Amino acid sequence: MPAIGRSVRRLEDRRLLTGRGKYAADFRLPGLLHGAVLRSPHAHARLGEIRSKAALALPGVVAVVTFDDLGDVGRIPTRLGHQAGNVVCLQRPLASEKVRYVGEPVAFVVAESRYLAEDALDVMEVDYEPLPAVADARRSVEAGTPVLHDAVGGNVATTLHTRKGDATAAMAAAHVRVRERLAVQRHTGIPMETRGLTAAFDAGTGMLRLWGVAKIPHFNRRVLADLLGHPEHLIQFTELEVGGGFGVRGEFYPEDFLVPWSAKRLGRPVQWIEDRREHLMAANHSRQQYHDVEIGFDRDGRIVALVDHFMVDLGGYIRTHGVVVPELTAALLPGPYRIPHYTAEARCVLTNKTPTGTYRGPGRYEGTFVRERLMDIAARKLGVDPLELRRRNFITPDEMPYDVGGGALAQRTVYDCGDYASALDKALAALDYESARREQAEARRQGRSIGIGVGFLVEKAGLGPWEYARVEIDATGHVVVYSGVASVGQGIETTLAQVCADELNVSPEKITVVHGDSARVPFGVGGFASRGASVALPAALEAARKVRAKIFRVASTLLEAAADDLVLDDGAVHVRGVPDRRVTFRELARAAVPGPPDMEPGLYAAHFFEAPMMTYPYGCHAAVVEVDVATGTVKILKYAIAYDIGKAINPMIVEGQLVGALAQGIGGALLEELVYDEQGQLLTTTFMEYLVPTVMEMPESTEVRILEETPTPLNPLGVKGAGEGGSSGCGAAVANAVADALAPLGVSITALPLSPDRLSALIRAAGDSR
Amino acid sequence: MIERTVRVTVNGRRVEKTVEVRKTLADFLRDDLDLTGTHLGCEHGVCGACTVIVDGAAVRSCLLFAAQMDGHEIETVEGLANGETLDPLQEAFREHHGLQCGFCTPGFLMTLTCLLRECPNPSDAQVREAISGNLCRCTGYRNIVTAALTAARSRAASARP
Repeated sequence: MPAIGRSVRRLEDRRLLTGRGKYAADFRLPGLLHGAVLRSPHAHARLGEIRSKAALALPGVVAVVTFDDLGDVGRIPTRLGHQAGNVVCLQRPLASEKVRYVGEPVAFVVAESRYLAEDALDVMEVDYEPLPAVADARRSVEAGTPVLHDAVGGNVATTLHTRKGDATAAMAAAHVRVRERLAVQRHTGIPMETRGLTAAFDAGTGMLRLWGVAKIPHFNRRVLADLLGHPEHLIQFTELEVGGGFGVRGEFYPEDFLVPWSAKRLGRPVQWIEDRREHLMAANHSRQQYHDVEIGFDRDGRIVALVDHFMVDLGGYIRTHGVVVPELTAALLPGPYRIPHYTAEARCVLTNKTPTGTYRGPGRYEGTFVRERLMDIAARKLGVDPLELRRRNFITPDEMPYDVGGGALAQRTVYDCGDYASALDKALAALDYESARREQAEARRQGRSIGIGVGFLVEKAGLGPWEYARVEIDATGHVVVYSGVASVGQGIETTLAQVCADELNVSPEKITVVHGDSARVPFGVGGFASRGASVALPAALEAARKVRAKIFRVASTLLEAAADDLVLDDGAVHVRGVPDRRVTFRELARAAVPGPPDMEPGLYAAHFFEAPMMTYPYGCHAAVVEVDVATGTVKILKYAIAYDIGKAINPMIVEGQLVGALAQGIGGALLEELVYDEQGQLLTTTFMEYLVPTVMEMPESTEVRILEETPTPLNPLGVKGAGEGGSSGCGAAVANAVADALAPLGVSITALPLSPDRLSALIRAAGDSR
Repeated sequence: MIERTVRVTVNGRRVEKTVEVRKTLADFLRDDLDLTGTHLGCEHGVCGACTVIVDGAAVRSCLLFAAQMDGHEIETVEGLANGETLDPLQEAFREHHGLQCGFCTPGFLMTLTCLLRECPNPSDAQVREAISGNLCRCTGYRNIVTAALTAARSRAASARP
């Protein structure tokens, strides 16, 4: 039975279930020192003297590092979404002259234990001269507002423009125009494992080693080499278990410089483990956007133009993701609809808040909420059923590939394939839409507020430019797959083993997967942007094919038989019909060095899979919710997701991705918000204030339909990537369902999250105005 | 620095250690006994990743001090499997994909181990209630509930003569 397409149980699980998985904080070295970061309590202040004397006098405190100790250190560069003008907004590893958000690193204390390091933080003395702060992006752009970075000359770091056709003229000629202000709140990924890193320097060899890196080890190694002025080949990055990624974990943060810098300077290994309070104020925030959007329709309800002016709250600095979130928002805002004229203007605004980056479905969660909410509002105004309005405007399969008109990540948005109407039908069938409508009508008669909503989304996946893999049969006959991808807990080891298993005719359980170690895997891009399945797996597949050819080549020499007459079976090759004439992988691997004269020596092969174009999975979320009008509480009664990913390598893992992403989507729709006061103080610094969904907030029933209707032509497996679509349609579907539930009360839903306090305020306000 | 000597039983093994009184039980298990399967997700008692069993009750090891544990019996995730054989709950998590990144998993396993001892045949609602104080950011909980119900059934089946 082929391994591809089967729900193979995960290779990762045994060690994780028995407590043997080693995460960042589980790593130990002799003589290990522990770091703690002194963070700014002010949102905006001039930084004066930093006095470390009392801290250094405490027993067990080894060093206090401030900006002046770092010498001529550079700024942390962008990885994606680079804009030349934004270099002045990039963050340095420690604050110099000014602090620009609560939580900004000001000093790094190193001690014999974490307890002692935190004692030292308590006696550090820093002179701050507080400055007026701005915590609201909408106020940040007004004249006379405090400016964060003088070199920018204001608080707008960049304005991005997208233009297709002539939206102004088309809008003016539209039969019906609908304009709305819609907003998504600041929230973020919140992996259960906080960040952490250990570094050790060997002064004898000059080797600097890091453990606990994640996501993009090869890229970050280069960044560190440049910032430290240390040769790249003398830095080794090793990934441990990673307790969740979601876009947040694994980017190059200030601490990723401070830990190795300190280890090198002190000549002793240093470990830093972030606590949860730090994580909430120091790791990337995401999602905060304000849209002023208008859509125009012709007489038949066909979209003629879309114009969106939106603002993205970047926080106090630009981090490694540059302005990629606004770029992606604009690139995919049109979604599944045929929109002949489209304009977007994205203002990227600085505020005195934690800097931002990507979070699962970056730009799509936000953009899908905006577009799909707008479609429902427009349908009401047009007097058309919202599903009918969508069907009328879907791009059809025969229009593929379809050029949307914008772009992101240095490529145009060109949808590869898709049958959107079918995905909508599948989601509605999974929800049992007709019954749900009947039940809603009955419930309304009983005075209950039940609503139904959909959110259709087009995702993007498979970001290139390439991924590397090497497949090897070692001298003991074991199959090893080396991949440049990284694990963020998604089960990539299992799926890598699956695609190689079929080529080499061994069971996936017998394959070892190696990743996230720069010494054992020389090249790699990493684990992000739903690229594991669609870029890393094809690389492994092609490498395995090359090894398969070499197996037959060597076996044919040893067995003195034509390759066509050989059979590959469970770690050995035999002559067809003569099972006794066989050689094992172990024998083949040894004979392959140097092997036949016309073959590259060794029973291994590498492959770079290049992916110049992204692929665009798509699907539909559909929700049935009940709103308690008295308390503003939303209960999700039923939920359905239909998502087309071309081909599911491991359906169990794909379903797990979709349901897990859904939980995060629900968090964004109903609960999660990073709240600041007007002075830029973060008010949500524990899990008592920042509410992550528990099992109790999940839908009473969830139906998932994994569709394989449109395999992508862009890779040999036809796979599109499954990591994000379970989240990105959720804000839209839940908001539309809540709006539907509350429509009789005249409540208008234009912003997330729909938390009980906000929703009850809206319900009260609607009651007052009636 | 004030220290106390504590005598505890951890996963059936008797241990005597001198600890600083401010050291949490979680840090004691992780740093003094090298039992790093107990994870810290928030250190303020909300996420449940650090859940261990003390004298038969599921507790948050980040909210207890090691010095309070003198004379008590502690169970951690490392004590669940019998050698290389997973216990039925661990096996059910694997079979039903009840974990992804695995960081919160030890806490869920200990919470549910406790539940299944007290309530060998729980309803769906009882499982949900039991794990409502454990946060998972990867799975959406559905497969965790399925795994717990399956483990309960397989325990019941294997207990039958």
